[in-house]
Amino acid sequence: MPKDSGIGASSKRREDIRFLTGAGNYTDDINIRGQAHVYFLRSDVAHGTIAKIDTSAAEGMPGVVRVFTGADFEAIGGMPCGWQVTDRHGQPMQEPKHPVLAHVKVRHVGEPVAAVVAETLEQARDAAEAIDLEINALPAVVDMKSAVTDGAPKVHDDLTSNLCYDWGFVEENREAVNEAFDKAAHVTTLELVNNRLVANPMEPRVAVGDYARGTDEHTLYTTSQNPHVIRLLMGAFVLGIPEHKLRVVAPDVGGGFGTKIFHYQEEAFCTFAAKACNRPVKWTSSRTEAFMSDAHGRDHVTKIELALDADNNFAAIRTETFANMGAYLSTFAPSVPTWLHGTLMAGNYKTPLIYVNVKAVFTNTVPVDAYRGAGRPEATFQLERVIDKAARELGVDPIALRRQNFVTEFPYATPVAVEYDTGDYVATMDKLEEMADLSGFDARRKESEARGKLRGLGVNCYIEACGIAPSNLVGQLGARAGLYESATVRVNATGGLVVMTGSHSHGQGHETAFPQVIAEMIGIDESMIEIVHGDTANTPMGMGTYGSRSLAVGGSAMVRATEKIIAKATKIASHLLEASESDIELKDGAFSVAGTDKSVAWGDVTLAAYVPHNYPLEDLEPGLEETAFYDPSNFTYPSGAYACEVEVDPDTGKVSIEAFTAVDDFGNVVNPMIVTGQVHGGIAQGIGQALLENCAYDENGQLLSASYMDYAMPRADDLPMFAVDHSCQTPCTHNPLGVKGCGEAGAIGSPPSVVNAVVDALQSAGKDVTHIDMPLSPARVWAAMQ
Amino acid sequence: MYNFDVEMPTSIADAVAALGKEDAQALGGGQTLIPTLKQRLASPSVLVSLSGISEMQGVCKGDDGKLCVGGATTHATVARDAASSFPGLAGLASHIGDPAVRNRGTIGGSLANNDPSACYPAAALGAGATIVTNDREIAADDFFQGMFTTDLEEGEIITEVRFPIPDASNYQKFLQPASRFALVGVFVAKFSDGVRVAVTGASNDGVFRWSEAEAALSANFSANALDGLTVSGDDMINDLHGTGEYRAHLVGVMTKRAVAAAG
Ligand SMILES: Cc1cc2nc3c(=O)[nH]c(=O)nc-3n(C[C@H](O)[C@H](O)[C@H](O)COP(=O)(O)OP(=O)(O)OC[C@H]3O[C@@H](n4cnc5c(N)ncnc54)[C@H](O)[C@@H]3O)c2cc1C
Repeated sequence: MPKDSGIGASSKRREDIRFLTGAGNYTDDINIRGQAHVYFLRSDVAHGTIAKIDTSAAEGMPGVVRVFTGADFEAIGGMPCGWQVTDRHGQPMQEPKHPVLAHVKVRHVGEPVAAVVAETLEQARDAAEAIDLEINALPAVVDMKSAVTDGAPKVHDDLTSNLCYDWGFVEENREAVNEAFDKAAHVTTLELVNNRLVANPMEPRVAVGDYARGTDEHTLYTTSQNPHVIRLLMGAFVLGIPEHKLRVVAPDVGGGFGTKIFHYQEEAFCTFAAKACNRPVKWTSSRTEAFMSDAHGRDHVTKIELALDADNNFAAIRTETFANMGAYLSTFAPSVPTWLHGTLMAGNYKTPLIYVNVKAVFTNTVPVDAYRGAGRPEATFQLERVIDKAARELGVDPIALRRQNFVTEFPYATPVAVEYDTGDYVATMDKLEEMADLSGFDARRKESEARGKLRGLGVNCYIEACGIAPSNLVGQLGARAGLYESATVRVNATGGLVVMTGSHSHGQGHETAFPQVIAEMIGIDESMIEIVHGDTANTPMGMGTYGSRSLAVGGSAMVRATEKIIAKATKIASHLLEASESDIELKDGAFSVAGTDKSVAWGDVTLAAYVPHNYPLEDLEPGLEETAFYDPSNFTYPSGAYACEVEVDPDTGKVSIEAFTAVDDFGNVVNPMIVTGQVHGGIAQGIGQALLENCAYDENGQLLSASYMDYAMPRADDLPMFAVDHSCQTPCTHNPLGVKGCGEAGAIGSPPSVVNAVVDALQSAGKDVTHIDMPLSPARVWAAMQ
Repeated sequence: MYNFDVEMPTSIADAVAALGKEDAQALGGGQTLIPTLKQRLASPSVLVSLSGISEMQGVCKGDDGKLCVGGATTHATVARDAASSFPGLAGLASHIGDPAVRNRGTIGGSLANNDPSACYPAAALGAGATIVTNDREIAADDFFQGMFTTDLEEGEIITEVRFPIPDASNYQKFLQPASRFALVGVFVAKFSDGVRVAVTGASNDGVFRWSEAEAALSANFSANALDGLTVSGDDMINDLHGTGEYRAHLVGVMTKRAVAAAG
């Protein structure tokens, strides 16, 4: 019988009631008395020097409060980068200054050059049009490979070149890997592009800055996945505001997908301008601005080689990747193609030798940073594509080749520095073969052929690393932040609980799932537990939500804090029951003395904590509130096997997805319905990347896909019903919940199976097509067939 | 947006008068114009809404057997009210945009705008419609003059579109994946005196008639009649979503499908 509450129950998402009935409180819903509006004048040139910027006419326009330019921010810190990568030669990456408003030079279309604060947005916009801005265009750097050739124009004049870093991993293995390739029985090579994407959360970014002159306190309301990180970065590195004078609030946030992790100029601007103008200052991004100012995702150009021995065992992997950083280093950009990518190159397979080379490149494009999966989709895609290609070259079944090379014993230390604690790749593949009815594929292919369609089957596995941690390790890898999570559990006198978590929910359903855990631990109703997040003023310092870390890390902190609560409550109960603490049991919301019928209800214990009349005051403080910080000892390693069946229309190249099956091992599952929803969303985004989404620039650095007229988002009718399973569960061994994280899996696991399936379909028709770069638009598939 | 005034005339005459003001512009369903205004790409001083003019609304059969569609009739109304009389046209209208677009956007606005990827121009040219304005009647063959360009004069309003009803017709639209306008759309109309084929989405010159296909289909109205016929991709649109060559190929595929579907 499925449970109807606690861990394992598909409790309905309580937050959806307010989201779906218009009762949410998003940042744009926040309007502060007396607020002014800001309009950013953005560069329409990809690369150039600011020859003239005259704001005098704009300043005299109706309603204008003040006009700001880069000069106003010269004395202020630049936008900080939170991760320093060390290159192959032991040198730190090149790190350019990233100004709040462009000064002297502009480096990408959409970079803010000036900002007008006015009574209304329309007045601000009118005044921005009156700014006399002259930019002398310079040749733009767009293509990564030409960006790092000698004589290429430089994005940053003060750097030695456009190369941010040249990273080798594991550098010590480089020669051994090369030797393994020399000795290999077979080498499969694949060159591919991992297409640039725009995250497109439903809610665009918003920032509202407020300043209280009387107390010298700043408040920033912002669409963030991690308000404490913004407070630290903006306060300490940009504006010089101590944390006790700066409050950052990220209320309801309508989707993030990574792009709302980062600290953006508009946030710093609104905070700064609120004090400078002594007015609350609000900015709401238009969709057009979002396309050219939200950090983009992916954008790798990769060559991967797989060496196999004579028995088809994987002997070595060697990759060379060019990773686009865009014009500046966004907050966590350097970590994505390195530590979130190189460490995953072993995949689900026991390949003894791996060498990953990544060249991160500056170009005159929007900064690129983490996007759902961040580095792991790029790793999975190249690996699962090259394995498929190898299987075809060798004439072996792609599933059999994978099975032959699976890691089967855990823990498993990969040659790329991580240790998988648990997994069962055979079980997930078995489950996939059964659920996707792979044995029935040939019959389905014949049926499609009868209708003039080419049917293809693509299968792949994936492994990811979630719950990024531990802090001391990531510190060695260059992180300039810790990666623990925090929770304060406050029990009220009448027994209800409030959990103040450093995790942030922007669609994940924490308000529903987190209470399920505590309800299970104490044996009380989920409705007695409330989750508070998103406000630095009332939550403990936390690192926020990304990398599928909330339940694994934030949930673990909450468990630890709740354990402390239970330990103290047990002491109180032992006093009330006049029994030894070791005889007290907590079950179904009551403390009882083992082997007797003596018991005291949860609510009586909590009341005693706050009305301590009959209470061991000499031994125990009153009150019931505990905080825990949890710093995990390892990543978690969700894994899975995915299958996609496509039909290709040979006349037009149009791909339609006929079936999609996802079998995931997320360890223990707290709310299966929410997990299924997360997987659905991830697959939709992965299919979006595989078939539709393409952020493209022309050679002058103009964004070609700058609106939904040209940037194709996946829509419901692009997708089939997904078959999703997470019954294969190998619990994580090192967090108290045994959970692994499910937020990114779908986006990581789905692109390779789609592309594998299309290649399979085309080859079934005798077409000599071994690869097509994403997105597999009708035009590209048709061209590949010609 | 910039500031503007709005007028809501209830007759064509009043609308024409209102459009005589400096920088006045007609507003149909606003599905193209309002986004343009929001982007500050246009700055009319007055918007003259045509949606309150009852004589420009609705679908009816004329005495000459033609289907008359009022210039301010929405796509949704055409999809519903032309379904039995001219299913090829109704089918086209029913696949424009989404329900919100179909319930606001109008045939007059679509034809006046003459977006190279819009659907209605293919129907008007393919069926050999007559575009009726406050001033004159214009044959579709003369009306479309290249992307976003028509024979309309400044301030001239499309009041009605008269469609000869073909014996058989069909519109096949291959979706541009992002906008879901036509990457290539082909309208085929079979009349007793011959077949007309109009292509949208493909050409740098906007909607055009494919005369070789018309000749072949007039002789033999079957998809096979098109075997071996191709159009050149040289002057076709080349963008993120497809090359000219690909579009030229799709013209052939979509025409065959339209013929097959028209039956
Ligand atoms: C999301 C979306 C999807 C769409 N998808 C499609 C699609 O798949 N296929 C397609 O064909 N179109 C599509 N469209 C466009 C839609 O059909 C519009 O309705 C049409 O292009 C313009 O019609 P309108 O009535 O909205 O005109 P408006 O936007 O009001 O006006 C457009 C232009 O025509 C002028 N005008 C309006 N009415 C008249 C008139 N009666 N006489 C003279 N001039 C006039 C206006 O002055 C303006 O210059 C889409 C639009 C949107 C927003």
